[in-house]
Amino acid sequence: MANVTKEEQAAEQEFIEKDILGYLAAHQRKELCRFTTVGSVDDGKSTLIGRLLYDAHGLYEDQLRAVERASSTKSQTLDLSLVTDGLKAEREQGITIDVAYRYFSTQKRKFIIADTPGHVQYTRNMATGASTANVAIVLIDARLGVLQQSRRHAYIASLLGIPHLAVCVNKMDLKDYDRGVYDGIVKVFRDFSSRLGFRDVTFIPISALKGDNIVHGSQAMPWYDGPTLLSFLETVPIAGDQNHENFRYPVQYVLRPHLDYRGFAGQIASGVVKKGDPVMVLPSRKTTKVKGIDTYEGEREQAFSPMSVTLRLEDEVDVSRGDMLVHPKDLPHVTDRFEAMLVWMNERPLDPEKSYLLKHTSALVRAEVEAVLGHTDLETLAEVPATGLALNDIGRVKMRCHKPIFFDAYAKSRATGAFILIDSISNNTVAAGMIRGPEDGKSARAGEGFGSRSQVSRAERRERLGQGGAVVYLDAKDPAAKDVAFAVERHLFDRGRVAAVVDGSALAPATVLEMSRAFAAAGVIAVVVGPALDGGSREALSRDLGDALMEVRIVPAGGVESIVPGRPIPVTSSGDPERSADSIVAQLESRRVF
Amino acid sequence: MSPEQALSLRLTHLEQLESESIHIIREVAAEFQNPVMMYSIGKDSSVMVRLAKKAFHPGKLPFPLLHIDTTWKFKEMIRFRDSFTKENGLDLIVHTNQQGLKENINPFDHGSKKYTDVMKTQALLQALSKGGFDAAFGGARRDEERSRAKERIYSFRDKHGQWDPKNQRPELWNLYNGKVMKGESIRVFPLSNWTELDIWLYIWLEKIPIVPLYFAAERPVVERDGTLVMVDDDRIPLRSGEKPRMELVRFRTLGCYPLTGALPSGATTLPEIIKEMLLTKYSERQGRLIDFDEDGSMEAKKKEGYF
Ligand SMILES: Nc1nc2c(ncn2[C@@H]2O[C@H](COP(=O)(O)OP(=O)(O)O)[C@@H](O)[C@H]2O)c(=O)[nH]1
Repeated sequence: MANVTKEEQAAEQEFIEKDILGYLAAHQRKELCRFTTVGSVDDGKSTLIGRLLYDAHGLYEDQLRAVERASSTKSQTLDLSLVTDGLKAEREQGITIDVAYRYFSTQKRKFIIADTPGHVQYTRNMATGASTANVAIVLIDARLGVLQQSRRHAYIASLLGIPHLAVCVNKMDLKDYDRGVYDGIVKVFRDFSSRLGFRDVTFIPISALKGDNIVHGSQAMPWYDGPTLLSFLETVPIAGDQNHENFRYPVQYVLRPHLDYRGFAGQIASGVVKKGDPVMVLPSRKTTKVKGIDTYEGEREQAFSPMSVTLRLEDEVDVSRGDMLVHPKDLPHVTDRFEAMLVWMNERPLDPEKSYLLKHTSALVRAEVEAVLGHTDLETLAEVPATGLALNDIGRVKMRCHKPIFFDAYAKSRATGAFILIDSISNNTVAAGMIRGPEDGKSARAGEGFGSRSQVSRAERRERLGQGGAVVYLDAKDPAAKDVAFAVERHLFDRGRVAAVVDGSALAPATVLEMSRAFAAAGVIAVVVGPALDGGSREALSRDLGDALMEVRIVPAGGVESIVPGRPIPVTSSGDPERSADSIVAQLESRRVF
Repeated sequence: MSPEQALSLRLTHLEQLESESIHIIREVAAEFQNPVMMYSIGKDSSVMVRLAKKAFHPGKLPFPLLHIDTTWKFKEMIRFRDSFTKENGLDLIVHTNQQGLKENINPFDHGSKKYTDVMKTQALLQALSKGGFDAAFGGARRDEERSRAKERIYSFRDKHGQWDPKNQRPELWNLYNGKVMKGESIRVFPLSNWTELDIWLYIWLEKIPIVPLYFAAERPVVERDGTLVMVDDDRIPLRSGEKPRMELVRFRTLGCYPLTGALPSGATTLPEIIKEMLLTKYSERQGRLIDFDEDGSMEAKKKEGYF
C-alpha cells in the first residue's frame, strides 16, 4: 500500500471533525494553480498523477476501490497509474482524447491537472494542456536520461508560455537513488533549458511508484535538500504570472437592461483599471473615462485581471463586442498583419488559399496564412524551411486578417497574444496561434492604412461563385474580336458562370489593364477587347492571374501561334464566333477557372 | 509595481473560478442565437444560475431556464423551483415527455434505464429541438465522474443532439469555438473546473439558497437493495412487508425520488454537510442509482444525448 501516513490522515480528519469552520476558512482563500504533466509513454506520468491524487487525498473512495480492485489481481502494490487509466482504454478505441482534467487541493492551493496522454498526437494534446498551465512538469526516466523527447516537451511548454518548469527525474529507485545519476541529468538539462524562456526551472529526484519526494520527502535520498514536488507546487510564485502592467479589456457583451444603463461586460485580459481612468476604444480610437466598475456585489474602485466585471463609460461612445478598451497611453499593436507560431491541430493540412476564422480575445475575423516561414524540426528544435503545415507541425507564419486586431506579443501577454483558427466549412478548430509581433517593418501601432484591402478572400469568392476570376484578352484590332467576346459571354452565362465583356477598344491601355484586373479580382471572368498587350502589361497580368490570363489570338483555321513562350495560346477560327467561343470556354475549364 | 501591490491583485481560487465561469456564460450569450440554461433544481444549478445572474447584472438573464420534469421529482424540489424562479424573476420552461406520460413510463414498471431514456433523455432532446436552442448550459463538473474528466467546456452535439467522442474540438486558452451549423448545438459546462468542495464553499460563502432536501430531517423511507428510498408520495408500490419508517436522512444529489438514495445523516447546516462530505469522500453519484445500470453507463447515456 502507499505510504500516506495514517497519522497525517488522522490529523486532517480531526481538523475537519473538530473545527469545520476553521477548515472552511482555510480553504476559502486558496490560490488556483494549473499544471500539466509531460513525458513520453512509460515515463511514469499516470503513476505520478495517481500518487499525487492518492497522497493528497484527491481520490474518492469509489475511485480508490476501483483501483484497489483492479490492482489486487496484478500485484501487491497499488497500481496508481490505473487512476488515470480511462485515457488509455479510450486511446485503444481510437477516441481522440486530448486532455483529461483532474482536481485536488491542499490547504494552500487548488490544483487543476491537465493530463495529456503521450502518443502520436502529442504535440497537439500537449499544446492544449499547456495553454492554460502555470507550471509544466517534465518527467525524465532516470535510466534513460535526457532524451530528445524531453527536450521537445520542454520546448513545447516554453512555446505555450508556461512560466515555471519542474523537471522530475523519475524512477530513481531503479538507479539506487544515486546522486551521480541525478546530477548528470540536471547538468545536461540545465544547459539546454537555459535557452528556453522559463522564469524558473526546478529539478526534483523522485520515485512516483514509491512516493519519494512527491508528497513526502525521501529517506533514500538524504543528499537532496530541495522541495518535494507537492511543496514546490504549493509555493511556486504564480501570482506574478498575471500581467498587471498593460490594461486590456476585450468587450464581450453589451448590457442594456434599460435606457439609463449601458455597461460593457468583459473579463480583464491583463492590467488594472480604476474608476476615473481615461480609456481608448479600439478600433474607433475614441477616448473617454471609466465612469464605474460594476459587479453583482456592487461598485468597485479598481479591478484587475482575470476579473469579470462590467465597465460604464462617461461618454456615449460606440462600443460593441470585439472592441477593446485600453489606456490611451499604453496601446497594443493594432494591425491586420502579424507573425505568429502556429500549432496545426487538424488532420487536414493548412490550405494557403483558404481563409479561416480567427478568434482572438472576443474578436472573430477572417484571416489567411499568407506564408509559412519555417517549421520547428522537433528533432533538432531548429527552424527549417517549409511551405505547408500538417497535423502536429509547429510553424512560423505570416498572418493576414481581413480586419485589424488588437494584440500584444504572446510572450508579453498570453491572453492578448493567443488565437485559434477555425475552418469555416467544417467549423473545426484547426490551429492554435501565438503571436510573435507585428510583421517586420509594419509596426502599425498607429494603425493607419487598414481597411484599404478587400475583406473577401479569393478562396471565399471561389466558394461562392464556383469559379475563379480570369481575363480572356482579345486584340481589338481583330475585326471578329467583339463578336467572339459576346459569344463567349453568352456561353459562360448559359453555363451559370459570371462573365462580363469589357470593351476597351476606345480606352487607354492602362485603363483597360486596371479594369481587367478589377473584374478578375472580383471573381468575374472578364472578356476584354482591348489594345494588344505589351510585354510589361502582359507580365503584370500574368503575375496576378497565372493561367487565368488567356490571351487569345484569332487566326484562320488551322493556324497556330504562341505569344508567351512555353504556354500555348488557344487558337480559334475567325470564321465562326460560336466555335471560337466554344474552344475558349473549353480552355478556361481545362485551366480550372471553373 | 511593489510586491505588496502585486499581492493585493490576487484572486482566491473561488473568485477565479467564478470569473472564468462568468466569462463562459457571457461568451455563449454573445455568440449563440438562442441559448437555454438547463435547470435541474440541484445545488449545481443553483450555483450556475447565480453565476449567470452575476454575468448580466444589473440586467436579466438573456435566456430562459429549462427544467425537464419527469413528474417523479421530489415534491420539495418542485416547490423550491417555483418559488426560486419567481423570486429571481427567471423565465422558466418546464417540459415533460407527454408521450411517455401517456404511456405511464415510470421507474418501477420500466426499470431505471428505459425510464431515464424516455422521461429524461428523450424529453430533453424534445425540449431542445422544440425550442430551437443552439446552446444549452449544463451544470456538470469534471470531477463528478471519470468519463467527465475529458469533457470539453463546449461539448459539440450533432443534429440529433448526440455526442460523438471522436468529433470534439480542441479547446485552448479561454478561446471557445461556438461555430455550429443549423440544427447542431453545443452543450456548455461553465462549472467544469469546480469540484464538489468548491460548490459547497461557494454556496456557503454566497448564501445561495438550495433545496431543503440537502439538509437532514426526519423523512419516511424504505430500504431497497441496500439503498434508502424516500416515500415521497403514494405512487411507490410497496413490496410485501415493506413499511415506511421515519429516519433522519438527507440527500447528496437530487433527482427522481425513486432513483435517489438517501443518506442517514444528522447534518442540518452547510458546514456540517461539508464536513460530512469531506469525511466520507464518496463519489457524488454513488447516491444516484442510474449510474450503476451497466458499465460505463454515463458514457453511453451521453452519446445518446443525456447531459
Ligand atoms: N520502479 C519504478 N517504476 C515506475 C516509477 N514510475 C512509474 N513506474 C512504472 O513505469 C511504468 C509506466 O508508468 P506509467 O505511469 O503507466 O507511465 P505513463 O505512460 O507515462 O503514464 C509502470 O509499470 C509503472 O509502474 C518509479 O518511480 N519507479
